[in-house]
Order: sequence, then structure tokens, then C-alpha cells
Amino acid sequence: MEVKNLTCINCPMGCPLTIEMEGEQVIRVSGNTCKRGEIYARKEVTNPTRIVTTTVKVLNGTSDMVSVKTKEDIPKEKIFDCVKALKNVQVEAPVHIGDVIADNIAETGVDIVATGNVERQISEYVRS
Amino acid sequence: MEKYDIVIIGGGPAGLAAAVSAKKNGIDRILILERDKELGGILNQCIHNGFGLHTFQEELTGPEYADRFIKQVKELDIAYKLNTMVMDISQDKTVTAMNREDGLFEVQAKAVILAMGCRERARGALNIPGFRPAGIYSAGTAQRLVNREGYMPGREVVILGSGDIGLIMARRMTLEGAKVKVVAELMPYSGGLKRNIVQCLDDYGIPLKLSHTVVDIKGKERVEGVTLAEVDGKGKPIPGTEEFYSCDTLLLSVGLIPENEISGKMGVEMNPVTSGPKVNESLETNRKGVFACGNVLHVHDLVDFVSEEAAAAGKNAAAYVKGENPEEREGREIRLNPVEGVRYTVPATINAAYMDEELTVRFRVGGVYKNCYVSVWFDEERAIHRKRQVVAPGEMEEVKLTREQLLQYPDLETITVKIEQEE
Repeated sequence: MEVKNLTCINCPMGCPLTIEMEGEQVIRVSGNTCKRGEIYARKEVTNPTRIVTTTVKVLNGTSDMVSVKTKEDIPKEKIFDCVKALKNVQVEAPVHIGDVIADNIAETGVDIVATGNVERQISEYVRS
Repeated sequence: MEKYDIVIIGGGPAGLAAAVSAKKNGIDRILILERDKELGGILNQCIHNGFGLHTFQEELTGPEYADRFIKQVKELDIAYKLNTMVMDISQDKTVTAMNREDGLFEVQAKAVILAMGCRERARGALNIPGFRPAGIYSAGTAQRLVNREGYMPGREVVILGSGDIGLIMARRMTLEGAKVKVVAELMPYSGGLKRNIVQCLDDYGIPLKLSHTVVDIKGKERVEGVTLAEVDGKGKPIPGTEEFYSCDTLLLSVGLIPENEISGKMGVEMNPVTSGPKVNESLETNRKGVFACGNVLHVHDLVDFVSEEAAAAGKNAAAYVKGENPEEREGREIRLNPVEGVRYTVPATINAAYMDEELTVRFRVGGVYKNCYVSVWFDEERAIHRKRQVVAPGEMEEVKLTREQLLQYPDLETITVKIEQEE
């Protein structure tokens, strides 16, 4: 039997959770003071996921960067693969909230979408 | 001079929500003055998610949350000026501002809403010994550099202070390839939200050292490292506990200060605890027709509550312009008295004659209290006694008072808000 320790994030209590596991099976959750703690613990030890937020470069925009996120949460262990895959991605302005920037990021089946707006602006330098 | 019903100082989350609310309450001549090149304020650099759970019942990133309000401002055809710095507000509510297009200009307002937000406490306020090398940034500056400008401030990072921006930046710098070695916190508890400690530090194996501070910064041209030491109960470093961390960057996340220079200059009375204006139930300062909301009033943890508060300020300012909140008020001004663990309350006074059906009183506690009660006393009578498993300085608290409740106590002088331990 394996024992894992987590801190619950549902409220400021921050209950120290102890999860007893048998392989992939959760046997018992203890340390929580409410039901939400148990639900969080079970999800966190069997299938932890996160929304990843980062930025990508923008060409010919009013800003050099645009913020982006995974449209849905992705497995926690894919976070770095996701950020790496976006390292050399550049988009041409304009970019608007919800625009798909990259699809199926790091083979997760999840798209990357813009979370900010950057309008088009050809710099003076390029134009002349 | 151009005349407006309401001039709003600041186009961040507070200013935007106040403007939308004032317009929806029947005011047409509204002007927002914003010093940045776009609306949205600090939300534009807060690219992480977790905003809007209360307001929109979904998890948005900062720029997405701001965009919801910016869209409303544009749809409602509310006027705004960008790249515009407000210099002064006079007693008769003449607002002096300047920008590159209009130069120095004045606008006349019937009501003013202060929504300037806050700024970060800097190194100078901390008295950390050592040289003044490059590589020391406030966490928010680093956030702007990374998220907006696309620059990395450094590669090996130590963070002092466990406020939310510091925690968020620990994760952000890690994702961008930096090594965040440690987060040090002077207090025995973190000032940040629990979920940020778990999802920004624990997820990436970044240690959090409570009751620790920076006692020396090494490096003359560029930061070469910092020395941390444990502190005693009074915050004094304990000799012999020093530990050196080599790094090229020190981020400071050591508190936020409301930006009230122009409020102070126009004679708005301040609360020394919040560094924000003292306000009544209408979020109105001691200057009639001058309202305050958001982080300029008191520093919030969640933008949702800023929007809610700002909407109230917008509505109240609209009522003032329409003459529903007169210069000479009737009824009794009840004083709120924060004691025993409660550091302050917003508002500081309530006049039941001018409050809504329900009023949210927000406050912060001075320490971590477990199995306690949040209690509200109407003079000698305990009116609210709510059990709480835990309250902490990092999470703003609130109690709701109803007008009906207050009208039952016509002679009420003081409402005391305090933390009571289990009996």
C-alpha cells in the first residue's frame, strides 16, 4: 500500500490530506474535514490536470506577446511539453480572444487559444 | 471646460465595473481616465486563470476577465481617454490631467470615483542590507516583463514574500525555464491563497520557507546571491541560521500599497490600516460626491469582489448625481469598530437611511484563527455569530448586514466586528 500526502485547495483551511492507495485504486482518504476534500484528493491522485497559461510571440502587432491558454485542462505531467511546444510558435497580428493558436498541443488533444487581443500595427521601421 | 456627471480615475477592473454600473443606473456623461495605453489595468498582465468564478461562474484569465468589462464599456458607449495621467482633483471636483493629444486639460465632474488601484512595496521599504545591483525586481514588474514585453528578468531566482503575485511568478518563471530556488516568507504563514501555494509551488517542488527573510544581497553589478535567515517571533533574524543561495534575480512580493496621492491632496481622509480612504456605506469618502472602490480603497485578493464593490460605487455615484444622496444627510451615522483580531472594516460608517437592502462589510484579520467565530455586536448585543473553521490574513472576510436589521436599532451607535474564540 502506498500513502500520498496533499494539501487541500478548496478553502483556506488547507487540510492536510492523506491518501492510501493500492496501485491505482484509492483505498481511503483521511485528514479532510469536508466532502470537497475527498473529491479533490481522489482526482488529484488518479488524474491530476491543469489549465496551462503562457504567452506566444506576435508579429506586426500593437504588442509583442499575446497570452494564451489550453482550452481545457491537460494532464499535469504534460505541462512542460506544452510550454516547450509553444516556444517557437509565432502568430501574425491581429489576434483575438478565442483564436486557436495551435491544435492538439503536445498530443493532448487540446487546443491552445488566445486569451488576449493584439491589433495589427506595422512598425514605422518596417514600412520605410 | 468639458463637463461630466462622473469622472472615473483609473480604467482597471474597478474603474470599468464602476463605469458600467453608473451607466446602467441612468448616468450618460461618464469619462474614464486611464494612464496606460489600454483599458484593463493589471489584469492585462495576469495571464493565469482563476478569475471570474464568482462573477461569471467560469474560470477566466486576467485579460479575458478584463475584456468582458471593456466590451460592456464600449457597447454602452462610455467615453475614456488612454495614456492620460491625472495630476490633481480640486475641492470643487475639477480634474486636471494630461496626455500627448490634449496636453494639459481640465474636466469638471459632478461626482468622482477613485479607482487608481495600488502599487507594489519596493526594496527601499524593506531595509535589506547589501549593494544595489541589477536583478532585483518587484514581482509585478517581472510579471509585466515576462507576460507583456517578452523578456526574462533572470535564470536563477529567489523570491522574498509569499503574496499571490510572488507565488504566481514562481510558477511563471519556472515554466519559462528559470530555476526558482526558494520562496522566503517573513511571517509564520503565507499571505497568498492556498491554491496558489499548491499549484504554483508544490506542483513544481519549490520550497517555501516560512519565518525567513533576506539578510544580505551579494553582488555589485548584478545579483550573485542572497543570504536567508530564520527570524524569531518579533521578525528579528536568528544568528547562526544564515543560508546562502546563489541566484541572479531576487523578486520581491512584499505587499501592495493603495495609490492615494491625489486623494490625499484633495483632503480625503485616510484609514492608516488600509492606506485607503475612509468611506461610508455608499463607498463615499469624507468629500461629498467622491467615491472609492477596488484596490485604492483596500487591497483585495479576488477581482470578483473588486467588480462587485466597484459596481456599488458606480450605483451610489449615480444616485449622488441624481440628488438621491444629498449633501446634508438625515439619520444616524453608525460607526464600525474593528477589534480583537479584525484589523479594519470597509465601510467605516453606515447610515441605514442610505444603504441598500443588504450591505457587504469587508474586513481582514490580523492573524490565523482556527475554530473561531466572526461576531458582529450592535452596541451591547451580539447580532451575528458565525462559526468559522479558519480565518487568515491572506483571505478577505465579509459579513452582510441588512437595512431591516439596522432599522430595528434606532439608537445604535457602534457596530463592533471581532473574532471570538470557541466558548
